[in-house]
Amino acid sequence: MVAYTDKIKEISRRLLKECQVEMVIGFRKGTLPMMNEPCFVKNPEDVDQLVWDSNCGINLANYLTNRGEKIGIIAKGCDSRNIVTHIIENKIKREQLVIIGVPCDGMIDRRRIIRMYSEEILEVEETGGKIIVKGADFEDTLKKADVLQQNCAVCIHRNPVIHDELVADPVAEQKDVDRYADIREIEAMDPEQKWDYFENLLSACIRCYACRNACPLCYCPTCFVDESRPQWVGKSQNPMDVRTFHFLRAFHCAGRCTDCGACERACPVGINMRVFTKKLEKDSFEQFGWEAGLSLDERPPLDTYKPGDPDDFIK
Amino acid sequence: MEHMGIEPGRIQFSWVSSAESTKFVDVVNEVTATVKKLGPSNNFVKTKVKVA
Ligand code: SF4
Ligand code: SF4
Repeated sequence: MVAYTDKIKEISRRLLKECQVEMVIGFRKGTLPMMNEPCFVKNPEDVDQLVWDSNCGINLANYLTNRGEKIGIIAKGCDSRNIVTHIIENKIKREQLVIIGVPCDGMIDRRRIIRMYSEEILEVEETGGKIIVKGADFEDTLKKADVLQQNCAVCIHRNPVIHDELVADPVAEQKDVDRYADIREIEAMDPEQKWDYFENLLSACIRCYACRNACPLCYCPTCFVDESRPQWVGKSQNPMDVRTFHFLRAFHCAGRCTDCGACERACPVGINMRVFTKKLEKDSFEQFGWEAGLSLDERPPLDTYKPGDPDDFIK
Repeated sequence: MEHMGIEPGRIQFSWVSSAESTKFVDVVNEVTATVKKLGPSNNFVKTKVKVA
């Protein structure tokens, strides 16, 4: 990870010095352990704040929307796919970007680690596949592979799909992962069980919209939940309103979501709302053979028509 | 929608041209029959907040 960080600093410094970009978007250490924060570096002197480790789960493509300047951006596999989606959707131009690709071996699940200990975690370090957790009077070593974020554990696009620079050699992609086990479990339920499952899932939602804000796909100037003329959805904590927000948000991400996990990561109450978007991601894959953001040359299935598109739901 | 617990059959899609009046009637009959069979929807109902 130190090697990654050094390389990121080196590339960023060069890009800024040579004025190839006006700013580099990357990560710096957060104020709490396991909480890196996005950071925008505009001067070569400031590149030393940049870091890379297993806590860079935020999706940086989120910060590219409608930017006008030339930008260097650090991109792991999923970020790069969201950058592709941004380019396809005309939210940024390819020429504006210098993509600094980071072959990724997964981000760690902060919540899971915190839950494992009764005491407060004060420091977390990592070396070669091991995570060392330290508190006031304990220290423990975990295997990184055991504490990955759920979406990272089943990720099959760890290497950036587009990049101009690469900070390290590509990592091996995971093979034979069962990406949709959780979704199949829900699909196997009967309607009543499904209803209750989601009722239970969303019962803690406070409608802070952090999941929406963290997602690079959600860039509309006025979101449908904020609109009041007309008001599409009630603004209350009523379970129906909450559910409407969630399934409509998911529909808006259909065929675009890369399962980057930024939404789940952002939720203050720990709701896995990815079970909505992932169902649509699964459908896109199974019905259209589509995985979002893999290529600049292909239009997403929901904005093209192909004679072979499935239509058996229409009577 | 079915993924989150709406019964299959409650939501239906069809394509009816303005010239296909008989198809329209058939579709309406079929949809109402299926939905009647499912009975009233208990889910996805927004109840008014009770004010004391
Ligand atoms: S919906 Fe969630 S997982 Fe999908 S792209 Fe947005 S933030 Fe990433
Ligand atoms: S981030 Fe969590 S609490 Fe906030 S709106 Fe999304 S699901 Fe609800």
